Amino acid sequence: MSVFQPTFCAIDHTAAKALTICLGVCGCAQTCRLACHIFWRFMKFNPPVPLIAAKSTMLENVGRSTTSLFEQAWAMLVFIGETAQALAGWLAQPSRIRWRVVLFNLRTAGFDALPIVGLLSFLLGVVVAYQGADQLRQYGANIFVADLVGLSMLREFAPLITAIIVAGRSGSAYAAQIGTMAVTEEIDAMRTIGIEPHELLVLPKILALVIAMPLLTVFADVLGVMGGMVMAKTQLGVGFAEFLDRMANAVSVTSYLVGIGKAPVFAAIIALVGCFQGFRTHGGADSVGRQTTRSVVQSIFLVIVADALFSVVFSVLDL
Amino acid sequence: MASSLPGVSTSDSASADAPVIDIRELSTRFGAKVVHHDINLQVRRAEVFAIIGGSGSGKSTLLREMILLHTPSSGRIKVLGVDLKDLSRDDALNLRLRWGVMFQHGGLFGSLTVLENIGLPLREHTPMKDSQIDKIAAEKLALTGLKPEVGAQYPAQLSGGMMKRASLARALALDPELLFLDEPTAGLDPQAAAGVDELVLHLRDQLGLTIVMISHDLDLLWRVSDRVAVLGDGTLQAVASMAGLSQLDNPWITPFFEGARGHAAQAAAHRALQPRETPSKPK
Repeated sequence: MSVFQPTFCAIDHTAAKALTICLGVCGCAQTCRLACHIFWRFMKFNPPVPLIAAKSTMLENVGRSTTSLFEQAWAMLVFIGETAQALAGWLAQPSRIRWRVVLFNLRTAGFDALPIVGLLSFLLGVVVAYQGADQLRQYGANIFVADLVGLSMLREFAPLITAIIVAGRSGSAYAAQIGTMAVTEEIDAMRTIGIEPHELLVLPKILALVIAMPLLTVFADVLGVMGGMVMAKTQLGVGFAEFLDRMANAVSVTSYLVGIGKAPVFAAIIALVGCFQGFRTHGGADSVGRQTTRSVVQSIFLVIVADALFSVVFSVLDL
Repeated sequence: MASSLPGVSTSDSASADAPVIDIRELSTRFGAKVVHHDINLQVRRAEVFAIIGGSGSGKSTLLREMILLHTPSSGRIKVLGVDLKDLSRDDALNLRLRWGVMFQHGGLFGSLTVLENIGLPLREHTPMKDSQIDKIAAEKLALTGLKPEVGAQYPAQLSGGMMKRASLARALALDPELLFLDEPTAGLDPQAAAGVDELVLHLRDQLGLTIVMISHDLDLLWRVSDRVAVLGDGTLQAVASMAGLSQLDNPWITPFFEGARGHAAQAAAHRALQPRETPSKPK
């Protein structure tokens, strides 16, 4: 009862007012007035309290989410535009490029990620080979494990696992760093001092990641294939030399390049989304956390969408 | 003065007593919410101009509009003789280098030491050598009353008061003509706040800076402000000296002076010094 009553009051308050006025003006029967009077007394005893976090209907929620989605998409476009403008400024005056910051980002986002990327892609190679081993053994097609591991790692898994790790590692760090700076007024201070935040915070990160990701992907390729080779030897009795021999025939250079080629695109997506969400931070520390989470979820989502689009495009192009 | 920047309209005659900041018919809206409505105010050269008002009265927004961090919905703002509307990138940069801003929370860069923070504007915009920059930064540090060893520390290691002083030192790095202070004494203990009073007076009297500040600190306002603008209900309620304001009967102003804190500050101000000027200019 107590839950429904305030809602009822709030909704009916204006309606009741209109009703009372109407009836009063028309000079209706005394009974009606009395009824209204009683109704008003009732309303006074139960004044329409402003609801704690006004309950919205499903339709309202749908509308709100939709508009916020469009708003965010628009803001993202604006952000990309600003970044492109800053990039144009860099290209026009290459002396403005902050190489020190680029190198620093190259180390933190690239070099420092080597162990985790290596370990995870090695394990991925192990898993792929292990899962395939059972099936291949049944048909006596043991040697095809090289095709399986080589193609799947080089074309799909290595770029994807690298992107996912980098999104979790660096994309979140970008959002948190920029978000914290926004909260502590450092971004405002930067503008006031006459430093373009995009030039110092966004472009070096994008540039560094676009350079680092393909290299990380190559590293993931190597470690993934190594994982597959270890599994092929222990489970299927396919030696290292045999495996590599077969892989060289089965996997074309195109497949390798297709995998590497996706990496810079994934890198740009991760860096852009991370920085974008960082700049959208407003308010306090909880906002930093929210934007960081959002940056990781969105960048992984967009990376997988981009990967799917790549698959479609490459199959159309017959690559 | 000052309208000598390239590409800047000099339609108004640039005389010595032209206002440093000239705001005309300024309105600001966030969506349907009106923050400012038709605000007109001028800040004169070498005065301490304070902006007060309740929370949500748009003080900070007004300050952000003056320092090119926010664009008003309509109206005109001229700072140092330059119209802030549609500034080119280079003009905006030139203008930004002529003022300094001390942010409420300091806005110091966490990844740089205090000395590097102070030297950053110089490093970015002047061809000076590092040794020279460090020397100037150390001077500014001393000017704001910080010990030299603070220079090697990181902002996270500083207390609130030290952070504000360091932020002020950075704002002064490029020897600005105009200084903006956002709540210079908020969150400081009374002793540290008194230090800020001295500092502000010193900057105005010794360096001839024009200072615009947002503050709620009655002690500070009584001691240092030449004129105070009161924002309330989206409009400018009054511009006057503190003494002038205390005589006004205005629902937005009177509460400010009432209560024990207000009386204490007023009494202290009367004891300590006579207000320097009393022309009141109620709107």
